[in-house]
Amino acid sequence: MKFPLLPDQASLGAGEVDRLMLLLLGVTVFFLLVTAGPILVFCFRYRRGNRVNRVLDPRGGFRLELTWTLIPLTIALGLFGASAAVYFRQRHPPEDAIEIHVIGRQWMWKVQHPQGKREINELHLPAGVPIKLLMTSQDVIHSFFIPAFRMKQDVLPGWLTTQWFVPTKTGSFPLFCAEYCGTDHSRMVGHVTVMPRPEYVQWLTTGVQEESPALAGERRFRQLGCSGCHVGQSAVRAPALNGVFGSVVPLQGGRTVIADERYLRDSILLPNKEIVDGYAPMMPSYQGQISEEELLALVAYLKSLGAGSAGNAPGVAAPVFAPASRQEGGAP
Amino acid sequence: MNALPATRREPPEEANYLSAHTLRSWLLTTDHKRIGLLFLFGIIGYFLIGTAAAALVRLDLVTPQGDLLSAEMYNRMFTLHGVVMVWFFLIPSIPSVLGNFVLPLMIGARDVAFPRLNLLSWYLFMIGGGVTLYAILAGGVDTGWTFYTPYSTTYANPQVVTMVAGIFINGFSSILTGLNFIITTHKLRAPGLTWFRLPLFVWTLYATALILVLATPVLAMLLLLVAVERFWGIGVFDPAQGGDPILFQHLFWFYSHPAVYIMILPGMGVVSELVTCFARKRLFGYPFVAGASVAIAVLGFLVWGHHMFVSGQSIYSGFVFSLLSYMVAIPSAIKVFNWTATLYKGSISFETPMLYAIGFIGLFTAGGLTGLMLAATAVDVHVSDTYFVVAHFHYIMVGGMVLAFMGGLHYWWPKITGRMYPDLAGRLAAVVTFIGFNLTFFPQFVMGYLGMPRRYHSYPEEFQFYHILSTAGASILGVGYLLPVVYFLWSLKRGKRAPANPWDARGLEWTVASPPPTHNFHDIPEGIRPPYDYPTPATPPFTSPS
Repeated sequence: MKFPLLPDQASLGAGEVDRLMLLLLGVTVFFLLVTAGPILVFCFRYRRGNRVNRVLDPRGGFRLELTWTLIPLTIALGLFGASAAVYFRQRHPPEDAIEIHVIGRQWMWKVQHPQGKREINELHLPAGVPIKLLMTSQDVIHSFFIPAFRMKQDVLPGWLTTQWFVPTKTGSFPLFCAEYCGTDHSRMVGHVTVMPRPEYVQWLTTGVQEESPALAGERRFRQLGCSGCHVGQSAVRAPALNGVFGSVVPLQGGRTVIADERYLRDSILLPNKEIVDGYAPMMPSYQGQISEEELLALVAYLKSLGAGSAGNAPGVAAPVFAPASRQEGGAP
Repeated sequence: MNALPATRREPPEEANYLSAHTLRSWLLTTDHKRIGLLFLFGIIGYFLIGTAAAALVRLDLVTPQGDLLSAEMYNRMFTLHGVVMVWFFLIPSIPSVLGNFVLPLMIGARDVAFPRLNLLSWYLFMIGGGVTLYAILAGGVDTGWTFYTPYSTTYANPQVVTMVAGIFINGFSSILTGLNFIITTHKLRAPGLTWFRLPLFVWTLYATALILVLATPVLAMLLLLVAVERFWGIGVFDPAQGGDPILFQHLFWFYSHPAVYIMILPGMGVVSELVTCFARKRLFGYPFVAGASVAIAVLGFLVWGHHMFVSGQSIYSGFVFSLLSYMVAIPSAIKVFNWTATLYKGSISFETPMLYAIGFIGLFTAGGLTGLMLAATAVDVHVSDTYFVVAHFHYIMVGGMVLAFMGGLHYWWPKITGRMYPDLAGRLAAVVTFIGFNLTFFPQFVMGYLGMPRRYHSYPEEFQFYHILSTAGASILGVGYLLPVVYFLWSLKRGKRAPANPWDARGLEWTVASPPPTHNFHDIPEGIRPPYDYPTPATPPFTSPS
C-alpha cells in the first residue's frame, strides 16, 4: 500500500503553492511549540504538591498581552501578503494562453480544444505553454480540480469561470470534481495528460476533426441573425463587434465595463442588463435558444474578431489558434 | 424515567430540583436546570444518530470502491451526519445544556429571564429534530449539510424542503435561547456582580447568544428562499431564470461562519473555568480574554467569504476576506496565550475535566493554525473542498467543542446529579478520546493536501492507507465516547455523593448544594468576590522557600 506525502508538482504554480504551504507549516510548528511547550513545562513544574516557588510578580501583564497580540498580528499580516501575491498571479492568465473550453455536467467533463477536438473526462495539454480553461456548467455547480497543478475553480451554471496554469511535467495526473454535485460526484473524475508540444500538436490533428469553436460560433452568429444588426453598415442600430473583446465599453448612465467573457455572455442572454451608450435597448434575449456549448462558441468567435478585421468577412475567424505558429512564437 | 438519586437521605426542606419524579414534572418544567437536562437527553439522542452515520461513512471508506454503501446511501449518510451534528448537537451542546444549567447559578439568579420561553426552546428543538429525522426516513437528503443551490433547489429529491423546514424550526430554538441568555445576563446578575466579575463562561455565553440572535434569522430567510424556490420556481438562485447560485453561498456562510463561533466560543468559556479551577489560579489577563470573546463574535460576522475563494467571487473579495480571517485568528491566539500564562505558577492537578481542557487547548490551537493555511488564498485554491478542510473543521468542532463539552460535563456532573463518577475511568476516557481523535483526523490533513476531495464515495487507491488509519482512529474515538456513557450511568446509582464543592472551585454555582435546590438560592447571594478568587500564591501552603 502506498502512502505518498506530497502530490506531483506538475505546473509552474505548484512549487509556489508548496513553498507557501511550507512557510505556513513552519509558522504552525512555531506556534504549537510556543504554546504546547510552556503548557507541558508548567504542567510538570507546577503540578500540585511539587515544592516550587509560586510567588507571582504582578507586573508586566499588559506588556505580555501586547507582545502576544502584536507578534501574531505581524506574522498574520505577512502571511496574508505572501498568499495574496500568489493568489493574484493564480487568477490572472497571460494574454497569449491557449484557451480550452470545459463544460461540466452530471457527471462528466466535456472538453473542447481551440481547433475543435473534443474529449470527455480527459484533458490533453502541451507542456510549457500557458493554458486557460474557460468553463461553465450545464446543471449544478462543479469544481475543476487538478491536484498536481495545485489549481481548482468552481464551474457554475450561468457563469463563465476561468483557471490557468503552465504544465511543466509530462505524464498523467488525476482530475477531480471537487464541488459536491449529486449521486455520482465521486465518479466525475478523469485524467490530465501532459505531453511534449510536438506530440500534443500531433494528437490534436489525429482522430475526428471537428469545427473549431470560433468557426462554429461564426456560423451560429449568422444563423441567429446577429450579423443583421451588428455587422458593417448596419452597425448604427447595434454596436459593431470588431475588437470588442477586452475593450472598455461605455454604458448608458455613464458607467463603463470591460468587455470580458462574462460581459459577452450576459449581453447575449440578458441584453438589457448593460446597454451600450447611444444605442436603444432593442436586442431580444437569446436565453433558452442557445446551448452552453454554442454560447462558448459565440464568445470564442467574438474574441477572434480583432480590431482590424471585418466581422462580415466569412472565414476570418478561422485560424484562431495555429498550434505550430504559436509554439514557435510566444511560449515562455 | 428518572434514574437519578432519590432524596431519601435528605430532609424535605432540602428537596432539590430532581425531587419531583412525574413525567409531567419534566415535560412542563420551567426550571432552567431541568430544561438543561432535557436538552442533554435530546443532544445525546441526536449525537448517537450522527455518530452512527459517521461510522457508516468511515467504514465505507475503508475500500477505495466503497463496498458497504451505495453512492446514494453514502451521500445521504454524510448529509445526515453534517446536519444532525451541526444543528442538533454542536450548536445546542454547550449553550443549551451546560449554559442553561449553569448560567443562572453562576450569576446568582433563580432562573433565566423567561423560563417558559426556555421550555418552548426545547420543544422547538425536538420538533425541528423530529421533522429533520422524518426527512431521512421519508427518502433522505443527499445535498450535504450546505444545501448548495442549484443542486438543492432543482436537482435533489423533494425531501430537501422537509429537512430545511426542520432546521428552520430549530433556528427559533436557537434564537429564543440566545435572547434568554442576553436578557438574563443583563438583568438578573446578583447585586455587586459587575460585568468584570462575571465568570468567563458567562462572557462567552453572552457573545454566543449575540451571534445566535443576529445570525440565525439570516439562515431562516435563506431556508425560506430555498423552500419558495422549490415550490414555486421563483428563480432567486436559478441561473436559467437570471438567479444567482452564488447568492445562496453568501447568505449560507453569512450564517454558517458565525455559527462556527457559536460552536467554539462557549467551549472557550468552559476551558477558562477549568484551567483556573485546576490550576488554582486567577485567569491571566481577564479583560483581554473577555474582550477577545466579543471580538471573535464581531469579527466572525465578517469572514464568511473565505469559504468561497474558488467559488467565482472576485479576487478582491478574496483579499478582503483573507485579511479579515487572519484578523479573527488574533483574539483566539490571545486566549490560548492567556490560558498558558494562567498555568504559570499555578498549583495544577489533573482530574478528568482538566485533561479535557488541556486536550482542548492543543487541538484547538492545531485547528486554528491550520485555519491560517486555509485563510491563505493561494493555498486554499488547492485544498478547498478536500479532506484538508474536513480535518481542519473537525479539529475545531470535535477536538475543540466536543472536548470542551466533555470537560464541562465532567466538571459540572457532580453539581448536576449530586454524584461523583470514578475519576480514573474519566481520565482514561479523556486520553483515549485524544488519541482516537488525532488518529482519525490527522491523516486527513495529509490526504487532503494530496488532493483527496471531500464527499467522495469512491476514491483512487493511493489514498487508501490514510482512509484506513482514519477509520481505525474513529473506532478508538468511539470507545472514548462510550466509556463516559458507562461510568456516568454507573455513577447515578453507585457514585459517591458529591459535596457542594467537590473541586474546591470558586464561583456561585459551587456555593449551593449538589444537586442544587429547585430555586437555586434561598437568599440572593451578596458580597460577590472577584472571579476566580483562588488563594494567592504569596500565602502558604502554596509557597516554599525558593
